[in-house]
This record gives sequence, structure tokens and C-alpha cells, in this order.
Amino acid sequence: MASPSFSQSRAFPILLGASTFIGAFVALEVLLRYGVVNKYVVPLPSQVLMSLERIVVEENIVGRMRDTAWEMFVSCIAVIVLGVPMGALLYRWQPLRRALLDWVAALAAAPLVLAFPLFLVIFGRSATTVIVMSVITGLAPIVIKTTEGLLGVRSVLINVGRSLKMTDAQMLRMILLPAALPVIFSGIRLSWTFVLISVVGIEFLINLGGLGQLINDLAERYDLPGTYGAIGFVILVSVIFFMLLERVESWLRPAR
Amino acid sequence: MTLASTATTGAPSGQRPQLVIDKVFKQFGVGPGAVTAVDHVSFDVKPGEFVSVIGPSGCGKSTLFNIIGGLLDEYEGDVLIERERIAGPHKAVGMVFQEESTFPWRNVIDNVAFPLELQGVNKSERLDRAHHFIDLVGLKGFERLMPSALSGGMRQRVSIARTLVFQPQILLMDEPFAALDEQTRLLLGDKITQIQQDLNQTTLLITHNLTEAVQLSDRIVVMTYRPGKVKRIVDIDLPRPRSSDVVSSDAFGHYVAEIWADLREEASRGMADSESARRGGSRG
Repeated sequence: MASPSFSQSRAFPILLGASTFIGAFVALEVLLRYGVVNKYVVPLPSQVLMSLERIVVEENIVGRMRDTAWEMFVSCIAVIVLGVPMGALLYRWQPLRRALLDWVAALAAAPLVLAFPLFLVIFGRSATTVIVMSVITGLAPIVIKTTEGLLGVRSVLINVGRSLKMTDAQMLRMILLPAALPVIFSGIRLSWTFVLISVVGIEFLINLGGLGQLINDLAERYDLPGTYGAIGFVILVSVIFFMLLERVESWLRPAR
Repeated sequence: MTLASTATTGAPSGQRPQLVIDKVFKQFGVGPGAVTAVDHVSFDVKPGEFVSVIGPSGCGKSTLFNIIGGLLDEYEGDVLIERERIAGPHKAVGMVFQEESTFPWRNVIDNVAFPLELQGVNKSERLDRAHHFIDLVGLKGFERLMPSALSGGMRQRVSIARTLVFQPQILLMDEPFAALDEQTRLLLGDKITQIQQDLNQTTLLITHNLTEAVQLSDRIVVMTYRPGKVKRIVDIDLPRPRSSDVVSSDAFGHYVAEIWADLREEASRGMADSESARRGGSRG
């Protein structure tokens, strides 16, 4: 067992994560080699690893990652730019909140991806379709969490603002939003998860652009190691996005 | 020493009151279920005076605090500051709240400098002034810490410094030590007394703590249980400068006993009322 000082060091979570990954990798390899899991359904992890070089060289992975990352970036920023003000509006205007909040929650559960033909008709087979659909898919959690976060701000903090004769805009910028930030960030994380899944999923469905299209192509060629390798690159892009988000969050939210 | 108590509602003559509460009446709800929280309460506070309002839970103290602070604007009667009737929060009043009210996303100095930031004071000046008040409340050396790293008493001192930094004419405090243990409460009381004397700060304290009120005040307004009326106003003739040592004096004990005699009756009514409400609730 690790000593308490080591388990609290910065390296410990990284090592634990890496060893968990390697452990799962080895376990799956063993299960596949001994026939416990069907090799024709799940490729050997070692084959997936070896396919990485091939898909990097042959499948323009850098360009595809750039396309997917760009669509993800635009969508992720758009859900914040649209979602936070929408959440603030629902907080500020109670009749609107009572009228719409349940519908917004229903939107989060709606399988919007199935409406892709409609968006194809409106925006054509383009990155715009991917972005618009992903933004709509990711909007609900951030709107709900922003409203929830603002409603949860302790009344004493609002009273401090009122006692200092703050304007509504000052109150929102200097008290409500900072106080609600932890909850808003949990909404952003949820929204971004929806957005990242949606971007790759729609690229896959409409066979356009970045990593989603590559996964589609490789799956149709029945290149299972390549397919899983490409999925690995999707995970890599997602990890980068969430690491960036964590950085931004720790910058905006010093230790409370 | 004689215990000077008065049944009048005004400050002793000689100085014009800075804050006047005149026949303030506030009712919540309408019809038979309406609750009168504050019933024609009148008293005043002179410049530099420390007045406490004391009463049992449910006597309308916090309602009065919110009215004087301008957070409740629908009431009858008048609250006048320098003869001006207040409508909404007034720039002359600085409020310290019962609940922990520091901003957890700002460190100590940024919390304290917050009101100056709102006023558009330039950074170097607001930091200088914030440092001065942090020093005054005894938090020198803690400027860069976040509130989460401070104790409850320290956080409350940050709130007090944040209120004092914009130099309000009247400091209005609603049970600021309610969540603190007795020793911290006494020590913070010392700090408040010292600050009040140093700044000659007009202060109105809302409290249910009898010893705290006697320790700090020049006068104590004793309220009745619901509806909250002024039962009487007691002058506290204890020497100043004052410290928590005063709690061991005979005079202090006499004041506490005298005011408790008034309060006990009100607190008993409050307790009986609360028990009967619980019995009613459990039957329902």
C-alpha cells in the first residue's frame, strides 16, 4: 500500500491512471488471446496500438483531428455563449422559467441526432450542420445548471450587494455569476460531454470531415484495429478539451 | 452605581440624532393570518453612539434590521438618516449580516476592497485603505488567504472590515457573532468596542445576546415578543474605554439581571408560542 505522503503527491494520480490503463490493456489482451472475448468483434489491444502509426500516416489524422477539434471548439464556445445568458434569463424572469425549464430539461433527453436529415436540408452536408446540431444537443445542461446555480446563490450575498447599492449588471457580474460558478462549470462539463459525442456522432452519420468520418470509413472497411485506434484519437481530443476546461476553471475559481 | 433606565424612546438630549426610527410598523401577510413583525417602534441613535436592539427570537429584530438597511421598503412609519427618509439601501449605512457573507472567490484583501472597487477607487488607494481596515480588525498577515482558510470569527472580521472600508456613517449589525463560540464572541466584542471608539462609529447592533449587548452598548432597546414593540430603553452607564473585562464587574451583572427580568417574560411568551405551534403542527 502506498504511503500517505506518496498517495498525496502530484504524481500519484497520474501513475494510478496510467497503471489502470495498462492493467485494462493487458487484461483485455489476455482475454482475447485465450478466446474469452471474440477476436472478430473486439480487436487485440496490441493490434490497435500497432494500427496507430498506419492511420497517422495513411489517413491524414492530423488534418482530421484539426477538423474535429475545430468543430468541437466552436460548438463548446457556442454552448457557453448561448447557454449561460439563457440560464441567466430563466433565473431573472420567473414566468419564463416556470414556462420553459421543463421543456429545456426535456430537450436534454431528446434524441436530437435522429433529426439530422432536417439539419442536412437546412444547412447542407457541412461543418455548420455538425456545429448547429451539437450546440443544440449540448445547450440544455448548461442552461439548466446556470439557472440552478444562480437560484442557489445564498441570499446573504445578494443582500450584501443590495446593501452596497449595486446595479443589476454589477450584481450579475460581481456576485451572482462568481457565486454560481461551481454549478455552472458542472453544467459546462455536462454540455461539453454532449457536444463532443455529438460532433463525432454526426460526422460519422453524415460521413463528413474529421475523426467521425474516419471511424465510419474504417468500420466500413472492417478495419477493426484502425477503427478502435481512431476512437483513441477522439478520446485524445476530448482529454485535451477537458484538461483545458479544468485549467480555465482553476483560474476562474481559486481555492474556495 | 445607579442603573439609569428610561422608558422614553428618544436619545438623551444635547445632540441631534443621526438615525431616527419613528413609529415603524411592518406586517407580513393580509387578513386573519397576518403577522405583525414590528409594531410602531421608535427610537433614535446619536452620532458616535452604540445602541443595541435586543429581544427574543421572533420579536422582529431582523425585520427592523432589513427596514433600516433599506432591504425591506414596504413599511409604515419613517426611518430617517440625517433627517432624510430612506427608501432602499442608503449610502450612509454599512451592514454586517448574521450569516457568513464573505465572497469565497475573493481573498481577504479583495473582499475588503470590494466596496471601493464598486466606487471606482483606483487600485493602489483601495489596497491601502483595505490594508488599514484589515489591520484594524486584527487580520494583518492574512490578506492573501481565501475565506475558506479562515475561522468563522476571522471571516466575520473580514465582513466587518469590508463594511467599514467605505466609511459608512452608521454601522448596522445583525447578530454578527451569533455563529461564534463564547470566547471568540467576547474577544470580537473587544475588537468592535475598540474600533467603534477609535472611529467614533455610530453603531446599531441587533442581537438576542444579553451579555454582548451590555458589554458593547451605550443604550439597549428592549423589544417585546411578537408583535415587536419597544418595551423600554436602558442606558448602560459603564465606563469607556471598555473591554471584555467589564463582564466581571458588579454593575455589568446588575444590568444583565435587570434586562433579563424584562426579557424573560418576553422569551417565555415566545417559547410558549413556539411550543403551542409545534403541538398544533403535530396534531395536524
